[in-house]
Amino acid sequence: MSPAEVVDFEPPYLFPEYRSTVLRAPHRPLVRLPEEWFHRGPGPAFGRIPVSPDDADLTRQHKGEPLGERIILAGRVVDEDGAPVRDTLVEVWQANAAGRYADPADDHLAPLDPNFTGAGRCRTDSDGRYRFVTIKPGAYPWQNHENAWRPAHVHFSLFGPQLSGRLVTQMYFPGDPLMRLDPILNSIPDARGRQLLVASFDIASTTPGWALAYRWDIVIRGRRATPLER
Amino acid sequence: MSERPRPTPSQTVGPFFGFALPFTGDVDAVRPDGTGTLRIEGQVLDGAGEPVPDSLVEVWHASQFARCRTDVEGAFHFNLAKPAALRLLDGRVRAPHMNVTVFARGLLRHLETFLYFPDESEANSTDPVLELLDPNLRATLIARPDGQVLRFDIRLQGESETAFFAL
Ligand SMILES: [Fe+2]
Repeated sequence: MSPAEVVDFEPPYLFPEYRSTVLRAPHRPLVRLPEEWFHRGPGPAFGRIPVSPDDADLTRQHKGEPLGERIILAGRVVDEDGAPVRDTLVEVWQANAAGRYADPADDHLAPLDPNFTGAGRCRTDSDGRYRFVTIKPGAYPWQNHENAWRPAHVHFSLFGPQLSGRLVTQMYFPGDPLMRLDPILNSIPDARGRQLLVASFDIASTTPGWALAYRWDIVIRGRRATPLER
Repeated sequence: MSERPRPTPSQTVGPFFGFALPFTGDVDAVRPDGTGTLRIEGQVLDGAGEPVPDSLVEVWHASQFARCRTDVEGAFHFNLAKPAALRLLDGRVRAPHMNVTVFARGLLRHLETFLYFPDESEANSTDPVLELLDPNLRATLIARPDGQVLRFDIRLQGESETAFFAL
């Protein structure tokens, strides 16, 4: 498989409709390095980032329960061979149900929820599975263009077994009419690539009377790890 | 041939990760014996030379990992131990270096680069990655001494743009 086939679902660095790319996208093409030097070397030692079992339930990080639609967000992390990526760190962060982040930099005039921070962590299990309990985030306005709104999304960060597998991305919710208008999602040129970022509603994983469920599987760049550096 | 799963595409880290990703002591890379600590300081700058105040920089090598969110000046810093040289399987030796990963609002995909050390000119002169680069690009990867610290600026775009790599 040629590298071009691997990258064609990725967004470009420069996508002027997303204004912030204009002064931040490198002008020079990336320098290609021989695959055998890097692709299979072990990835970052993320083990210092503390993870406790409670970190995967974003609805229980405060005294009371957060407002919003309670959801279970779960899926499986695999590599390009379809093999599970085990015991890897998954970090998520999101806005609250009103579309406001608990981040000091967010000045959106929507209420903060004292019972919701919106940050979670877990490690995948031996089958590559992760699972979070959270609330469905709200859409929020931003300054990119006239009347710009981000579709509801959850930010994800994954390490994966190799440096080339490092992934930071965003997960969207099915049926959201704002996706069609969003330059960040639409920076991915191929509709099949955009579809990879949309979770599916998963009735089988809901908890009756308590929470709805979405499933989102993640494919980490790279194949089974075979360390070539020593 | 059965279809292999496609890698999940990247999206920007956005502006609001600061409350979620940093963790206690995250600017200090681990070092089993705790010796030989170096302080690295730098700035992330955009194509207009302006600071990038909402970027996340990670450094990693062997057992050392650290990350830092840039401040209003686009500044980041790390405390780490100088890593050892690394022998590739083909026998070539890479000079001591750190892997550096940059995320930011406005970066739809992250960027990878390498930080090399100024007191390793001999090892740097035969490093297979540095050898691939024109001298002016090579210079963007070598930290420079600045008093008690090593300075390593990351220029995302423009004349003195940092060399970035496809891994
Ligand atoms: Fe966001």
